[in-house]
Amino acid sequence: MTYFTVATLAILVSMAMLLVRAFKGETVYDRILAVNSFGTKTVLLIALMCFMTGRPDFIDLALVYALMNFISTIAVLRFTRYHDMLDDDDLRARRLSAPIAPAIEEELT
Amino acid sequence: MSVWLEALSWLSMLAGSLVLLVTGLGVLTLPEYYSRLHATSITDTLGAALVLFGLAVQAGWSLATAKLVMVMLFLMITGPAASHALVKTAALHDLSLPPRRRQEDGDAGAD
Repeated sequence: MTYFTVATLAILVSMAMLLVRAFKGETVYDRILAVNSFGTKTVLLIALMCFMTGRPDFIDLALVYALMNFISTIAVLRFTRYHDMLDDDDLRARRLSAPIAPAIEEELT
Repeated sequence: MSVWLEALSWLSMLAGSLVLLVTGLGVLTLPEYYSRLHATSITDTLGAALVLFGLAVQAGWSLATAKLVMVMLFLMITGPAASHALVKTAALHDLSLPPRRRQEDGDAGAD
């Protein structure tokens, strides 16, 4: 099928552009944005590859990848805000005096 | 599969890949963060929906179509949610907009 190839090539070109932005990005958020969009395109690429190789059962992989992509984006955004993955506000307040990731903080400001 | 369904699938996937190319181009070329986010958040959802719809038409009524519809629904829920989280986090960290550029010659030095 030729148009599977066309769609795959378009997605690959778009992924290359997103990778350039992810490496070049001026802020952390540009990188997170590029990686999030890259993950969405990976989901589409997996679905296309399933149909190109004639094994549509593997769309489960695309579904799992979509779930993981969303959760990892939210987790990284939460990390940029709180500098940890804690669910406990008291523990966070006690740790707040010692910054955990000064490098990230420096890049954020 | 009839010719019309084939054409529908073809058109949908072609439109989807065009929209996805616009995503990459927008992220690469737009000048600052919020406009880049505007470029990705909209076109990502639309392009994914179009490509997955084309694949679902290709698959016919089968289990693969059910899975594709699940992927599409999930992407349509999580894409805007992730974009909202991205813009809200950036705004909370005071990532501000650049000063507005004026095109008129008289206002070149202003602001």
